[in-house]
Amino acid sequence: MNVIVLSAVWGVVMMFSGLFIADKSKAKVVAAIGLIVLLVGNYFDLHHQSFTLSDFNGLLHVDSFGLIFTSIALVSTLLYLLLTGSEMEKVGNHIFEYWALIFFVLCGVALVAVYNNFLMLFLGIEIISIPLYILTGADKRNLKSNEGSLKYFLMGSFSTGIMLMGIAFIYGARGTFALEMPPITTTHLPVMIAIGLTFLAIALSFKVSAAPFHFWTPDVYDGAPTVFTSFMATVVKAAGFIAFVRLFEVSFGGMTDYWQFTIALIIVTTLVVGNITAVFQQSIKRMLAYSSIAQAGFMLFAVYAVNALAKEGILLYAAAYCLATIGIFAVLVKMKDYTFEGFNGLAKQQPLVAFLTTIFLLSLAGIPLTAGFLAKYYMVASAMKSGTYIWLLLIAMLSAAVSVYYYFRVIQAMYFKQGDAAASDITPTFKVVLAITAGLIILLGIFPNSLLLDWFHLF
Amino acid sequence: MLALLLILIPLVTGVAAFFIKNEKVVKSWALLSAVVALGISLATLYYTDTTHLTFTKEWLPDLGSSFSVGLDGMGKMLTLLTAIAFPIIFISTKHSTYKDANQFYGLMLLSQAGLMGVFLSTDLLLFYFFWELALVPAYFLCSKWGGEKRISVTFKFFIYTFLGSLIMLIGILYLYILNPEKSFALQSIYKMTLNNRAQDILFWMFFLAFAIKMPIFPFHTWQPDTYEQSPTATTMVLSGIMVKMGLFAVVRWLLPVFPHAARGFDNIIIGLSVTGMIYASCIAIVQDDLKRLVAYSSIAHIGLMSAALFAGKANGVQGVMVQMFNHGINIIGLWIVIELTERQFGTRKMSELGGLAQKAPALAILLVIVALANVALPLTNGFVGEFLMFTGLYQFNVWYTVVAGLSIILAAIYTLNMIQKVFYGNTNALTEQAVDIRLNEKLVLSVLVILIFAMGVYPKPIIELTQASVNSLVSVFK
Repeated sequence: MNVIVLSAVWGVVMMFSGLFIADKSKAKVVAAIGLIVLLVGNYFDLHHQSFTLSDFNGLLHVDSFGLIFTSIALVSTLLYLLLTGSEMEKVGNHIFEYWALIFFVLCGVALVAVYNNFLMLFLGIEIISIPLYILTGADKRNLKSNEGSLKYFLMGSFSTGIMLMGIAFIYGARGTFALEMPPITTTHLPVMIAIGLTFLAIALSFKVSAAPFHFWTPDVYDGAPTVFTSFMATVVKAAGFIAFVRLFEVSFGGMTDYWQFTIALIIVTTLVVGNITAVFQQSIKRMLAYSSIAQAGFMLFAVYAVNALAKEGILLYAAAYCLATIGIFAVLVKMKDYTFEGFNGLAKQQPLVAFLTTIFLLSLAGIPLTAGFLAKYYMVASAMKSGTYIWLLLIAMLSAAVSVYYYFRVIQAMYFKQGDAAASDITPTFKVVLAITAGLIILLGIFPNSLLLDWFHLF
Repeated sequence: MLALLLILIPLVTGVAAFFIKNEKVVKSWALLSAVVALGISLATLYYTDTTHLTFTKEWLPDLGSSFSVGLDGMGKMLTLLTAIAFPIIFISTKHSTYKDANQFYGLMLLSQAGLMGVFLSTDLLLFYFFWELALVPAYFLCSKWGGEKRISVTFKFFIYTFLGSLIMLIGILYLYILNPEKSFALQSIYKMTLNNRAQDILFWMFFLAFAIKMPIFPFHTWQPDTYEQSPTATTMVLSGIMVKMGLFAVVRWLLPVFPHAARGFDNIIIGLSVTGMIYASCIAIVQDDLKRLVAYSSIAHIGLMSAALFAGKANGVQGVMVQMFNHGINIIGLWIVIELTERQFGTRKMSELGGLAQKAPALAILLVIVALANVALPLTNGFVGEFLMFTGLYQFNVWYTVVAGLSIILAAIYTLNMIQKVFYGNTNALTEQAVDIRLNEKLVLSVLVILIFAMGVYPKPIIELTQASVNSLVSVFK
């Protein structure tokens, strides 16, 4: 798969160009070229033209699901770069290195999108995580950033350990690392598989910050420099879900009876904890951290349902969620004050930016005509298709209504409250890219098929 | 094709209105758009063939949904009401000034598009889309241009109705899963035969959303505050048309799909409706704020319509159809008068007004007619509908009629009390300088008064227009 190779190579290119290019602001340009190269590589992947057509003895399974997700991740990263790339210069001096790390993360993202082997899953998750530990602590002189980084590193290593242990148990039971598992014929799940399954579920829940394994999320998201939070909360998180869905579909799809109820409980906890806590936040950055937990609750429906609709749905959700969250973070980075009051009266100062932010928020809240609505719809529909508990759906809907509360608080601050929200360096290019992002959200909300989902059947 | 135009015109002109910075121009633009929509709506009355009245295009094939809109008799009546209401609202609020007028009129037109969409959709998912879309502009209108407590009040309104809609969404999905044809199309859903248990569950999921929107007791708590705090032009949309969404949805999507549940729960719902009528009427009597008074009187009226609908008798349902239209006309008339009073005196408190009739005779006369239509005096349009509805309710159960009938008396009390306090008696310092209404306002109110008498004396056109809808609905209850 081209993207895996290219992203690793371009990471190295980024590092070395840091040695030769003195002008820090050029890092963005090199990274943009890299992303375009990756997108081209991804395009050829989609048309089955790759450096190597091998599937590495079954270690990878390159399918349209993984490839389309890689495209979503790459496009999101490109928009992320265009919107917030220049903010990185405020974090520290090592811009080229930051971008190198982001390219390594993308390598991991591409890997977890197409893995077909437990070891590849482990490798992909680690390649994603390690650069992120560094990026979280990028703001060296900021204690919160250091704290977040350490916390993330400790908790992350711990969860990786649990994941490895789970993989070991499953290996012990079956003697192979291959993802695909024959259906269980005995009436009871073999103990080793059951333990392995539990450990893997815990580890992945940690990675996607599903409750009750979410405690690191607010501190890390809040502590990390906002530019990097934006990337972590979107592309990385969505990748975690792709890994989750893939694992549970391919490996444990034949034994849904054993784990569906547990996942349902995780969904409920995640939705309730994420939404209720988000309501009480005063800082928009922290609110977004909790909202990302709440959104994770909805995305978990895809894991719960494991059917074709869920796979389409999680792609749509990933796209909708990444676009909207990147957009909001891009605006947030520009703000002086991260509290809700800091947004007071933004509509007066920056009418277009406020309007576009409203679209992002409406999409996260799941109002029709935005991609966020259809994404939520697909999630619920897929869960229903595979048979579901009515209480699960009712709680999901209640929490969606609660989420309106905190998303709309931002809208109220921008439009209906008096204040002098201060936003710095809003350039015309920024506005255009932000408008493109919002436009994509609306288009996905009206024509999800021609824009995204039809590709699924095309390749 | 005409059906599509009814949605597209307000939608496109609404978006365009955001870019018109000049206040005068944007007002004329909005009025022009509303008049064109009215023209098209009138044109739909002449066509009966499907080529003009329906439009279908593939939209979300994976989900079994298509973009299909169409008009039947009831749809024609409600789109006509919407199309009549908007020009009236725009003309009557011509002299009100709104900050950022381009946004105000843009959002008004967008809400019109959403409402038209609700009345036109013949696909359940599309219906849900518009159902929500009608809400979003209303939220912004109320929050930005409303009264002092607007932010918290409209927030409650939004979350309340949004929660109802979300529960309906689960119902919609469940219905879709049960549908063997895997389609959201109206015809396909009508063909379904659901077992009783599924009907009972789904019925409440849908009904909750509709009950909040109407609103009927005890889901009404958002309504008086929202009506009070909203800018009056928006209140006219909310109370004149948006509450009809709930009633319309019951007729279109609830009763024909879940007939067994509708028959099974009829007593509960009629009981709630009738309780709400009395409750709202009693509260209306002690209100001092004109807007709140009309808001509560509206709850009472909606309660009667809901009760008559679930009674399921031909007369009653026919009355609901007539009353949906007439209630829209009457209540918009009342709001116009309140808007005029408030703009002139800066207050809506009845205790601070008085003696207006001496200073503004034209306003007084027109108000009295509208108010009497609101209490269903014979010869006015309100009478036809209420009489039919009471007949239907009587055929269902006489005791409901007795209790509901009390609300007529209560309605007379608060309405006459209002007329007396605001228009008769002695003038005070505030009303001493009162001037009569302007020509455009006279014109608008006269149009409404003409409609009130015309519909009161000759309701046949509406009855004929909605006859088919009534017949098919009544057959559900047999």
